[in-house]
Amino acid sequence: MKTRCIYGVAVALAMAAGMTLFAQAPTGGAQTPPAGGQAPPGGAQTPPAGRGGGRGAVSLRPKALDTAPDIPFEVVRNFMKLPANVYMGEGIGVATNSKGHVFVNTCAQQTRNFEFDQNGNFVRELGKDSYGNVFCHGIRVDAQDNIWVIDEGANSIVKYNPQGRAVMILGRRIGFPYNGMEPPVKALDPAPPYIFNRPTDVGFDAAGNIFVADGYVNSRIVKYDKNGKFIKQVGHRGSGPGEFTLLHSLVVDAKGDVYGGSRSDARIVVFDNDLNYKTTYDHVGAPWSLCITSGPHQYLYSSNSNPDSNDSEIHKVTGQVFKMELDGTVVGKFGVPGKEQGQFSTVHGLDCRNENEIFVTEIVEWRLQKFILHPTAAKGSK
Amino acid sequence: MKSARLASTLVFAGALAGSLLGGSLVAQQKEIAYESAGDFLKLPDDIHLGEVAGVATTANGNLWVYYQGGGPNATIGASRVYINGGARLLEFDRTGKYLREIGTSENDRPYAFLFAQGVRVDPQGNVWIVDRASRMVVKFDQTGKVLLTLGRRLEAVGELGSSGVFGRASGPPGSGVPGDNFNQPLDVAWDAAGNIFIPDGYGNARVAKFDKNGKFIKSWGATGEGQGQFNIPASIAVDAKGMVYVADMGNNRIQVFDNDGTYKSEIKNIGAPRAICISPGANQVLYSSNSNPTEDPFQNGEIYKMQLDGTVVGRFGKAGKQFKEFGMVNAIDCRDPNTLYVAEMMNWRVQKITLK
Repeated sequence: MKTRCIYGVAVALAMAAGMTLFAQAPTGGAQTPPAGGQAPPGGAQTPPAGRGGGRGAVSLRPKALDTAPDIPFEVVRNFMKLPANVYMGEGIGVATNSKGHVFVNTCAQQTRNFEFDQNGNFVRELGKDSYGNVFCHGIRVDAQDNIWVIDEGANSIVKYNPQGRAVMILGRRIGFPYNGMEPPVKALDPAPPYIFNRPTDVGFDAAGNIFVADGYVNSRIVKYDKNGKFIKQVGHRGSGPGEFTLLHSLVVDAKGDVYGGSRSDARIVVFDNDLNYKTTYDHVGAPWSLCITSGPHQYLYSSNSNPDSNDSEIHKVTGQVFKMELDGTVVGKFGVPGKEQGQFSTVHGLDCRNENEIFVTEIVEWRLQKFILHPTAAKGSK
Repeated sequence: MKSARLASTLVFAGALAGSLLGGSLVAQQKEIAYESAGDFLKLPDDIHLGEVAGVATTANGNLWVYYQGGGPNATIGASRVYINGGARLLEFDRTGKYLREIGTSENDRPYAFLFAQGVRVDPQGNVWIVDRASRMVVKFDQTGKVLLTLGRRLEAVGELGSSGVFGRASGPPGSGVPGDNFNQPLDVAWDAAGNIFIPDGYGNARVAKFDKNGKFIKSWGATGEGQGQFNIPASIAVDAKGMVYVADMGNNRIQVFDNDGTYKSEIKNIGAPRAICISPGANQVLYSSNSNPTEDPFQNGEIYKMQLDGTVVGRFGKAGKQFKEFGMVNAIDCRDPNTLYVAEMMNWRVQKITLK
């Protein structure tokens, strides 16, 4: 968890810098990071400008914050029911299958995966003591109800069949010395096709092609066929078109377009199915987590999660989930930071198989929450 | 007309491909037809294989599997953090049904179980595990009782400045310390008299020979490419005459020695042998896996079947993630020369392969 905390602090500091910037000079005169990579006074760090250049410090306040209508919602209280003496740790990933069962990836004393039924009753633990459980980063369910677990410590993504057996492994955990791998310490460009460095997410298109967000270090999306064979990759570290600064989340829509969440510079970068750059959405804050609805009219949800610093100033402008059309048009938003049920305490996992039934897992409060949205009420209200 | 033209094009293309491949080894070797039993091992709900390092059959057809799983706790070694309880030893019956585990809880697992490297069953039915990180080879009887240990696990907190290798090496690099001070041992084999042969290993580059009671007899080898030198002696097998076959993975060859370690010959053109085995019985055959590297799960992966003199009888398989494909085979069991069990590191499984 140390590493995550460091990133969290960095993000928090960057956002604090952004806050100051916004409060003092909302238009023009944007401060740029000092040349030569020196830290600004006071130790606060601004995010890197990236090779795209020209962005400068990222404002903390999402452009769409004030214009996005609020979507009325309610929380299903005490949804998650754990057996006695089983504990959630930090809630990292969440995904539902076609039966409505809910899978949770959590950083507890060790990384674990839990399955709950549609009423939140505990069903089982998935992949207990697996070699792929090192440092949780997410969980997704594909169209065939296979469960995919993303682990940034094992540098692997494990596909479990619906029965809960590992049937495919992407990447390889660094084992004992000299198993052919050195600990990855820096980004490789291009990165090797089959080796990840702290991967963060995975998505699938209708043909079963696999898209991996890799991730904290390599800043690339890798496309594999359904058998795990490398097809193509795209991305570098940076803030230009097709670049990422902390590629932290990924979803694929029904057409096969790929959405990569670049967390530290608050952008969603969109590619077509062949990983050609299409467009960037930079108005909904930092995409800590993304999900996409099923059905003929798909919506994209993005969580501009409040950083885990519990900073009340930052919390004024973060912590909401945005609902968008796939073209980026904001439909609405919901949620506020906080520790109570119905509030968000640094959302890290997001599932929206059903448009108005949202599951979230959170880092700070160790929980899974279920939300019901009432968007029609929004239209009727002021 | 169209189809005729297409046919002639195909013939031409075929001839071209044939002429391109004609001179290569691949085209001259017979492909052996084979089947995989697919999802063969039936595991309890809460046991999940990780990187499967070793598989070995007993005379009655049971299977022992030694693999690297996860584990919640770690120990600080002399220079490295080790996962406790990550290495696990399971027994299955011939149908793949799970029978038992040696050390069912993390605290109960034998002290040597740190990072699984191999398991073999000797002619008397004893089960031997090889563990890279604990640097140990341990002999269990069929009930799971410890009969012999070779090597010693590093203490949890090592002596400051210690290299982690006990004793003093005096020979050339890789020749190790006389005795059982292994540095990442990789396999074990026996001759008819019960003498023990251990390739050692990733850290050293030698073969150590012990008598059946574990008394050190000799060791040979050093780091290098010459005769009797090794670059990762990954696997070992001994034939009925007592000849010793060492998979010299980094040098892309199998070296053959007599029972005293005198170099006799080498077998080449079989890729980088990571796992070898020799079938028992009158007409012994040698199998060797040219396993894929970590960087590419779709490269190489074929297994060669040979006579003991290295003549290739045929080959089968390739790297990949489906059944009938292999993900870094680290061990082959060939007690029955036409029913092979292969342990896969990168696909986290054991496959039962039937050759036709």
